[in-house]
Amino acid sequence: MTLLHAAIISPFLLAILIPFLYKYFRSVHTGWFVLILPIVLFVYFLGFIGETVQSTVNWIPSLGINFTVYVDGLSLLFALLITGIGSLVVLYSIYYLSKEKEKLNHFYVYLLMFMGAMLGVVLSDNVIVLYTFWEFTSLSSFLLIGYWYHREKSRYGALKSMMITVFGGLSMLGGFVLLYLMTGTFSIREMIEAVPGIMTHQLFIPALVLVLLGAFTKSAQFPFYIWLPDAMEAPTPVSAYLHSATMVKAGIYLVARFSPVFAMTAEWFWLVSIFGLITLFWGSINAVKQTDLKAILAFSTVSQLGLIMSLLGLGSAALHYDSLDDNFYTIATVAAIFHLINHATFKGSLFMVAGIVDHETGTRDIRKLGGLMSFMPITFTIAVIGAFSMAGLPPFNGFLSKEMFFTGMINVTKMDIFNMETWSLLFPVLAWIASIFTFLYSMVLVFKTFTGPVQLEKLERKPHEAPLGMLISPIILGSLVVIFGFFPNLLSYTLIEPAVESIMPSLLPAGKNFEVHITFWHGFTPELMMTIGVIALGAIGYLTLGKWRKVYDLFPKKLALNKFYDASLSGMERHSNTFTRFYMTGFIRDYLAYIFVFLIVITGGTMVIKGGFSFTLDGTAEIGIYEAVLAFAMVLGTFTILFSKSRLTAIIALGSVGYSLALFFVLFRAPDLALTQLVIETVSVALFLLCFYFLPSFKKREKKLSFRLVNFLISFGVGLVVTLVAISANSNRVSETISSFFIENSYTEAGGKNMVNVILVDFRGFDTLFEITVLTIAALGIYAMVKLRMAKGEEG
Amino acid sequence: MEILMAIVSGLLFMAATYLMLSKSLLRIIIGTGLLSHGAHLLILTMGGLKKGAAPLLGEEASSYVDPLPQALILTAIVISFGVTSFLLVLAYRAYQELGSDDMDQLRGNDHNE
Repeated sequence: MTLLHAAIISPFLLAILIPFLYKYFRSVHTGWFVLILPIVLFVYFLGFIGETVQSTVNWIPSLGINFTVYVDGLSLLFALLITGIGSLVVLYSIYYLSKEKEKLNHFYVYLLMFMGAMLGVVLSDNVIVLYTFWEFTSLSSFLLIGYWYHREKSRYGALKSMMITVFGGLSMLGGFVLLYLMTGTFSIREMIEAVPGIMTHQLFIPALVLVLLGAFTKSAQFPFYIWLPDAMEAPTPVSAYLHSATMVKAGIYLVARFSPVFAMTAEWFWLVSIFGLITLFWGSINAVKQTDLKAILAFSTVSQLGLIMSLLGLGSAALHYDSLDDNFYTIATVAAIFHLINHATFKGSLFMVAGIVDHETGTRDIRKLGGLMSFMPITFTIAVIGAFSMAGLPPFNGFLSKEMFFTGMINVTKMDIFNMETWSLLFPVLAWIASIFTFLYSMVLVFKTFTGPVQLEKLERKPHEAPLGMLISPIILGSLVVIFGFFPNLLSYTLIEPAVESIMPSLLPAGKNFEVHITFWHGFTPELMMTIGVIALGAIGYLTLGKWRKVYDLFPKKLALNKFYDASLSGMERHSNTFTRFYMTGFIRDYLAYIFVFLIVITGGTMVIKGGFSFTLDGTAEIGIYEAVLAFAMVLGTFTILFSKSRLTAIIALGSVGYSLALFFVLFRAPDLALTQLVIETVSVALFLLCFYFLPSFKKREKKLSFRLVNFLISFGVGLVVTLVAISANSNRVSETISSFFIENSYTEAGGKNMVNVILVDFRGFDTLFEITVLTIAALGIYAMVKLRMAKGEEG
Repeated sequence: MEILMAIVSGLLFMAATYLMLSKSLLRIIIGTGLLSHGAHLLILTMGGLKKGAAPLLGEEASSYVDPLPQALILTAIVISFGVTSFLLVLAYRAYQELGSDDMDQLRGNDHNE
């Protein structure tokens, strides 16, 4: 147990204390107690810059599952994001959530649980531990989305995100298990070392697809993005933290982390970059039509995650070129990491802005908002910085990563692997169109909210500037946007370079570093022309938005993925209900029929397939005249029961079958059996007659029972199978009977001459003991049934 | 002989199955009775029906029939008797309380499923 392990566990431990702190310190906002921890952790993790640390605590060593913590550039980057944004979000939530009205203990327990889980995800080296923390993030996200659980939309959003992310999580677990089967280890480090040997394994591609499913569902990639817009029902600090900066990047982390394992395959390149690109495109187009601030931000998050994902996919192309010096594909990975940081900063601040607007005006609907610039100058400034950075405008950090993104996309056209010649132009074109829409919705976000006419009559409260405490976090994030914009190399050597190194470790010769020097001005390149085009077309699009916005209505609502999700969910419920009702009829006859048919099919089928039926007359006894007559009598009695019109006849016929059986026992030299059978048959028949007497409506019964062909076929099948199995078993005796032992030892060992009785009470006395118990229980049960009566009207 | 007995017990099984698939509670119980007869006969048959003296050492014969299946059947007879009588009383009580021995009417409805 090192300090590092304690750091991951600490949020969970603090979560245990929260209810007590909430209960006994009601005058202090619980968030203040929470705030300390992420700050301490952030400072602690800052100390790891430039280091690689690994340490293990045994959990289930016999299964190879250990709590191994591995800190390298990539994990450290995420850990800093989680704790850094975490601190700011906690600070923001202190002012956002009311001490009096909200259940703060719930909120902070969930939030801390999430923070610990997220740290566990990014710092674990063992995939099973990673999976455990991964599901913890799904769970805590579910709890946080459903925080206002009395609202139906919150519950719907929470359930939806749970269903989709858990589906992905389980797929991912499947992928991990496949990886374990191939490599024999749960450790990511050791998997990476084993990769050259398993590249052509037949499970390699299934593992790749399953792991990607986990990443795509968590990071809201197409078509799994649908949970993210509905997750906006969560309190705004949660949306800012989980659904923009951290949890949705867990999928990005997974893709980056498993790049050294999978990235050499063409499938990885295609799946990651194509799905990322589609998500980027689709998310940006959909964001423009939203009218709710948080919905715009949600679709924008989807789109930006797609951007990062596609860059990670393109970055994997670098592995196909050996030389590092002129390998211009590494730029895509650098851009992905850089944009990941940028997105966390500007999206976090934008969510907080949306929260402030909501908090101070009572609505997030941009149709009701407008002209807030003069009421909230600080918020407006932050929004402009965030949105312009998101749109990719200079001098903010979004501009730099967008330029690098374009560079990566243009590089694709020069690629000479995977038959890229025909399709390569699609990449920069799609990326460029998506950027225009990104510019559009960024402008909608700022200008529809803060400029134009004020509509005071539509607002619930008179708008005014937010309290200072609420502004601190967005101000810090906004400043970071500007600082990273002007001094990008603050990040490039400390964080980006080690992160890229851990995504592509095989590319790096010993003692060399990646060139990640990010220059602010790179000359008149095609990328700059693309950006100018984006701004020009985006500006025209924004000014004419009212005219062409109706285009969105053309898109058929039935094809929306949400409709598909809802329909498939309710369809599954309906169909499984119909299916259950179809076979669970409630009639005992139907269930018996299933059981018998199953018996016939399985037993008979097995015998047929395995060639088990056989027939021989060897060793069988001869048929005597008495036996033949008795057999005839027995069959006659049996059929009398079947065809009897009255139940009295049936009972008497049953008795005759029983007595025939007793006579068989006589013929086959079984005196004890014959005695018992005679007595018991007599008592049984008497009992039957007794019951028969108490069932007074037998007149109704004395009609011919309808002959049912199906019942006949089933019963014929059962009889046939039993007969054939019996004959086959009789024809294939494998070993001698052990009865010679009983015959030899009955007298010498047990002192009895009646072998059957000796077996019953001496050799196999336990059977008899429990048979007596059975009779006792039956007798007591009958007594209880007859004696115990429920009073009238009393429910059982 | 064994073949004949296998066919006879097969017929017993068939009739028992047919009765158990019917509506009347009493016929179902008769079916279980018939089924146990069939099973007992089958155990005896499968033990081998070779001629020999009854399993009593006082007979002083050169060969005896197999005593083990007989012991097993004896146990089975007693147990099936216990179960059958329990079922009978259950049917009787069910009829008293519910006023029907028709299995279709004894089906649970949607409220108490």
